[in-house]
Amino acid sequence: MMTKKITMRVNGREVVVEVDIRESLLEVLRGRLNLKGVKKGCSVGECGACTVLINGEPIDSCIYLAVWTDGKEIRTIEGEETGGKLSKLQQAFVDEGAVQCGFCTPGFIMSARALLDSGKKLTRQDIIKGLSGNMCRCTGYQNIIRAVERAIEDKV
Amino acid sequence: MYNITKYYEAHSVREAIELLQANPKARLIAGGSDLLIKMHQGKIEAAELISIHNLPEISGISLEPDGTIIIGAGTTFSQIANHPVIKEHIPVLAEAVETIGGPQVRNVGTIGGNICNGSTSSDTAPTLFASNAGLRIQGASGTRVIEITDFYQGPGRVDLQHDEVLTAVLLSTDNYRGFAGHYIKYSMRKAMDIATLGCAVVCKITVQAVIEDFRLAFGVAAPTPVRCRKTETMVKGRTFSEELLLEVGKSAVAEVNPRTSWRASREFRLHLVEELSKRAFKQAFIRAGGKLQ
Amino acid sequence: MQAIGKNVRRIDAVAKVRGQAKYVDDLTTKDVLVAKVFRSTIANGWVKRIDTSKAAALPGVEAVVTYEDVPKHTFPTAGHPYTKDPEHQDVADRNLLTRRVRFYGDEIAAVVAVDEFTAEQALKLIEVEYEEYEPILTAEDALKEGAVEIHQGTKNIIDHTGYELGDVAAAFAGADYIFEDEFKTSIVQHCQLENHISYAYVESDGRIVIITSTQIPHIVRRIAGQALGVPWGKIRVIKPCVGGGFGSRQDVVQEPLNAFLSLTVHGRPVKLEYSREECMIASRVRHAIDFKIKTGVKKDGTIVARELQAISLNGGYASHGHAVVSNAGAKFSHLYPYNASKFDATTVYTTAPVAGAMRGYGIPQVTFAVESHLDDIARSLGLDPIEFRLKNLVQQGYVDPLSGIRVDSCGIRECIARGKELIRWDEKKAQGKGNTAPAERGRPQLKKEQTGTVRRGLGMACFSYTSGTHPVGLEIAGARLVLNQDGSVQLQIGAAEIGQGSDTVFAQMTAETIGIPVEMVHVLSTQDTDLTPFDTGAYASRQTYISGMAVVKAAEEIKARVLNYASGMTGIPAGSMDIINAMLVHKHNGEQIISLADVALDSYYDRDSASPITADVSNNARINALSFGCTFAEVEVDLATCKVEVLKIYNVHDAGRIINPQLAEAQIHGGVSMGLGYALSEQLLFDPKTGKPLNNNLLDYKLPTVMDIPEISTSFVETYEPSGPYGCKSLGETPAISPAPAIRNAILDATGIKFNELPINPHSLFKKFKEAGLL
Repeated sequence: MMTKKITMRVNGREVVVEVDIRESLLEVLRGRLNLKGVKKGCSVGECGACTVLINGEPIDSCIYLAVWTDGKEIRTIEGEETGGKLSKLQQAFVDEGAVQCGFCTPGFIMSARALLDSGKKLTRQDIIKGLSGNMCRCTGYQNIIRAVERAIEDKV
Repeated sequence: MYNITKYYEAHSVREAIELLQANPKARLIAGGSDLLIKMHQGKIEAAELISIHNLPEISGISLEPDGTIIIGAGTTFSQIANHPVIKEHIPVLAEAVETIGGPQVRNVGTIGGNICNGSTSSDTAPTLFASNAGLRIQGASGTRVIEITDFYQGPGRVDLQHDEVLTAVLLSTDNYRGFAGHYIKYSMRKAMDIATLGCAVVCKITVQAVIEDFRLAFGVAAPTPVRCRKTETMVKGRTFSEELLLEVGKSAVAEVNPRTSWRASREFRLHLVEELSKRAFKQAFIRAGGKLQ
Repeated sequence: MQAIGKNVRRIDAVAKVRGQAKYVDDLTTKDVLVAKVFRSTIANGWVKRIDTSKAAALPGVEAVVTYEDVPKHTFPTAGHPYTKDPEHQDVADRNLLTRRVRFYGDEIAAVVAVDEFTAEQALKLIEVEYEEYEPILTAEDALKEGAVEIHQGTKNIIDHTGYELGDVAAAFAGADYIFEDEFKTSIVQHCQLENHISYAYVESDGRIVIITSTQIPHIVRRIAGQALGVPWGKIRVIKPCVGGGFGSRQDVVQEPLNAFLSLTVHGRPVKLEYSREECMIASRVRHAIDFKIKTGVKKDGTIVARELQAISLNGGYASHGHAVVSNAGAKFSHLYPYNASKFDATTVYTTAPVAGAMRGYGIPQVTFAVESHLDDIARSLGLDPIEFRLKNLVQQGYVDPLSGIRVDSCGIRECIARGKELIRWDEKKAQGKGNTAPAERGRPQLKKEQTGTVRRGLGMACFSYTSGTHPVGLEIAGARLVLNQDGSVQLQIGAAEIGQGSDTVFAQMTAETIGIPVEMVHVLSTQDTDLTPFDTGAYASRQTYISGMAVVKAAEEIKARVLNYASGMTGIPAGSMDIINAMLVHKHNGEQIISLADVALDSYYDRDSASPITADVSNNARINALSFGCTFAEVEVDLATCKVEVLKIYNVHDAGRIINPQLAEAQIHGGVSMGLGYALSEQLLFDPKTGKPLNNNLLDYKLPTVMDIPEISTSFVETYEPSGPYGCKSLGETPAISPAPAIRNAILDATGIKFNELPINPHSLFKKFKEAGLL
């Protein structure tokens, strides 16, 4: 078994982990760092449930080797709140009824976070496109789009 | 966990080549969005990997003094889509890469990987074929440049030796300056899908709406991406018209050879070849400054 | 009403947006072993030889079991309440593992290893030789003379039933026109985001604990007991957060095997998680059903006779089996009941993935056939499709002769009127954006024909649906309430929250009934068969209606006990007090008497009268109610690209009183998007030669993405259903029923082409347009 010691910043904290080179980032986040908000839905980068931000960009952590994160900044759903307080984006998901079974929710919030942090002026179509790598079977996406629109209006 | 039996990280192209030479079974991995999925599916087992992920030497886009655009093979689709040089000089390529997967995949998938996997359904290939893109390939004995149209040899087969690395995609001024283009990806979904057919047209027109140059290329219309050279010759020098569009559609159908698979029938793909070539041409013409009658 | 009818926020939303909600895989312990199933790579045949020795020898492998090691008795899997009547019990045709392969991916052996990777490697070391038969994927192949029997002695027929209401032959004889047609639906999959997963271990006292993502914890307990041959009380099932179900978890798919594997390794915890690829073929799918439909109509548009024949394709094991098509038949007459009708249905085994429950339980299929057929008839007779339906629709007061269900609330006409108005039906029809086909049989040529490549059309379809399963199934639900020291209450229910929002509406009902704010209701969202009361689970759109009855009953008991207790404290008669906003008040003038918190505290600690207030009820609901509604759709069809764009879609519901509009609307969004996928893109495909699935993953199975779903508009026609708690009726499955036929009818309106098979994807559009000379 080959391992590699890597150093990454996860949700603002420096983390040093000895990862197996065969591991996906998803496996390391869930299995070693106990960040269970990152979900596994398909293992092939289609459903987006495992979306996390690497250096601010959303990626599917199931098809990303953990060794690649050495020296990188990772953000997961667990890093979205501040001091136990929901971010406005999270609050918008709650208020707009954008959550049902909740399994896709963390991934959607991370994709939406990347959109909000892009600094771009976003149209509804930009939002839809920005969320197009995340699948949801419960909501028909309607309230998720609304939640992101609301978070933008509220200027997160 | 992926069934990776050996893993090396290359810190330069040179090192990657050396590692390839030392490990005859090893393969390169860049973004992983294709390879890791194939490993998950069991299509690739017990892989020895040489990672060129995020290798600075082959990522990024530059505009050379002679006007050549150099896209590092490790440049991601997102970087291409958002790069000012691409947006200004060859926006059709930005349009093409934006049709790939979703944002997450575009953030890791690379143009080099999209070309080297040899798939006819590559969303960059039609545009690159139409733009006569050059591929810079580095090997132990030096560097060579070949045209992308010569690179594809068959389904999943490309002109790349085991110890060679595709380092850059080159676009020369005579292949983009003054051109406008349009890429249409026909797929069953508007995101997260594989092309049923991909169609790229780039063209150059005179003020009189004469088609000075015209290139038409397809993905999934044959075992590899293809150019429709006869159609191109037929169009060049003609004045744009609805009749010409119809001729283009008919002519393109004669130049392709799609297959029937469970994803789509040959007949349906042929129909799309005809329809999309018309639509892509029309849009490219408009973008080139042409006015419809 | 302070809580009912309000947009109360989901009580689990905060945990879910924080990533703190716990699903099965978030609860496993570090020492958990991982199991993987060895699946067949043929669709039909036998295992001639199996050799697991190499797998067993792989370091890290704890156990390898095959069909030879499992109990010899068979068991059922359908998530139905148990019945003591052997005649009506579900078909028990499964073993934990099988030597006889009945679909591609059937379960032959299983491996338990220290981790997932080792288990996967071990699977590759299992050697197997098959005797292979031709796959059986169609009804014709299943029923043809000499077909290989998938289950011995069945002739591949699971069941065959029917009924006749009135004199059908005479009614047809009296009809002015008779219309006949055929419709087919396809195999689709639930695709809930969380794959099937469970983990199991054995306690020191020998009791088996199964933590599983299920819609039916109490049924899992019973079936695991049956499968393992142990007393049911020895099994404890715990259901944490569930990442969607839609019926795929109204079935006992993997829990018994998981428990067996834990027993094999002496009770150590074992996790069994299906990959997406496995989940799509080895959990459950929706039945493909082939319909033949015949309708007799009078000149004035009155339907006098209807006949429906159905063959339902069930896959390799019975699961819910014939119950699904039987449900379709039983309810086929609800919406248009005033005629003689006949139903005949056969459910057959095929060597495809096992079909079970999926959102609508046969009704999306039959509604596609019926509502499409009605539009075709209206078109042929030159009748307005809406007027034609209105003429034949059910009226309030109707009693279904088959089930005895009485229609006590019926807003279908208002729903249609609303939908018509919202989509601006009359205006658009007058503008001629619709139909272009040549007039058939006297159809008035109101509109200009569309001739271009891009054509628009309008379509609509209606539905009705039951609330729960009475009288077919037992409708029992339990609720337990405990009044805490501070006046808040804990609510324990056996009903399962799977994402639909039931916990939140139960909190609302409890709050409303007792007279406290919703925040004072603490819902135990985890169902645990050791702790939460008996309820059969989340299916049949039963929870708000059926389980809600138990919740209201428990809350009424709590309230009565509080008032009684307070009467002892204050000397005021219980009957003249009420509780408003957690305060006991005089009924006649609203004046405050004492806070609920004070009463509660006293009930715990008063030296003389202390007796904490609780309620523990069970409710056997021997009643049902019909929900109604419709979908209106406007589509744009690009003939040349064979693409359909849904421009507008309105889904209008009479679901009785709406308990939580925001949740109700969200439920509709999800159902309609599922209906859109059903109509236009989703379909599991199989290689006809080998029976191998071709697209059992989320790339190749065309689940709509956010870019594929148009804006979905919802509307409620609120009626009051007297049998439902706070007047409610079913809403869980209903949004998914009518979109497909509405879209189909809109495409017909736009192009003049009848699409009688689902999905209406570009491939089928191309084929039909070509046939019709449109291309």
